Amino acid sequence: MSQVAIALVCGTVFGSGLIISQMSNPAKVLGFLDVFGQWDPSLALVMVGAIGVFAIAYRIALRRHAPMFDKKFFVPEKTRLDPALISGSFIFGLGWGLAGFCPGPAIVSSGFGDPRVWAFVAAMVTSLMLSHIIRRRAVS
Amino acid sequence: MQIVNFTPLSALVGGALIGLAAAAMWWLLGRIAGVSGILENAIGAQGPDRMWRIAFVAGLLGAGIFAAAVLPGAVHFDMESGYGRAIAAGLLVGIGTQLGSGCTSGHGVCGTSRLSLRSIAATAIFMGAGVLVVFVMRHLL
Repeated sequence: MSQVAIALVCGTVFGSGLIISQMSNPAKVLGFLDVFGQWDPSLALVMVGAIGVFAIAYRIALRRHAPMFDKKFFVPEKTRLDPALISGSFIFGLGWGLAGFCPGPAIVSSGFGDPRVWAFVAAMVTSLMLSHIIRRRAVS
Repeated sequence: MQIVNFTPLSALVGGALIGLAAAAMWWLLGRIAGVSGILENAIGAQGPDRMWRIAFVAGLLGAGIFAAAVLPGAVHFDMESGYGRAIAAGLLVGIGTQLGSGCTSGHGVCGTSRLSLRSIAATAIFMGAGVLVVFVMRHLL
């Protein structure tokens, strides 16, 4: 139960950060990606702020054997580059640049009420889950 | 290049909040705050670990609904895409983050902080692809 409450609070704080930093504003994202035009470098500082805090916290936390509310730290297992990572990241970047949404900000701004965001999220969830199902089948 | 609309303070403060939330997820639950993976397993996974993922997604959505309802002046939102572009972009983002095992949060923030080679490569690639698309749309078409 405490895990659920913690995740709910963390999601809310994470979402608030996305709103304050304007990651949830697609015009801001496209301005950041328009390096060769009228460039808005703000989102680079979002990354600096987020990485600065998380990088320190990550290392300090690993001095413990386990997180406070679970048995172990779930460190991602894969360490090598592979074709799925490279092609997937490229495809994701194309979609990110096309509309200015990545998954977190899309979920947050679907609360703002614009039905075009709902269309984006519906399409995103559909292809995310189709890919999930197809790749699970391929493994088993 | 010309620099416009620069909002360094809100970017740093918002970014620090994102980092703080990711840090709390790691300290308390031992989980990486990667939104695409959390969303995927909130829907697709079975068992008890599904519930915290649903709660995290609910928190994201709740922040958006609350901000728009109670503090509309704090919400900046300007979207140029129509439905067609939004749907095409959503399809690309969904399949891309699933294949690539992460997005801006999991790879860009958390993985880069962990100095993960996969995440640093992924971040460079999706940023490069994003810059490419915007360059083509704004300066070539």
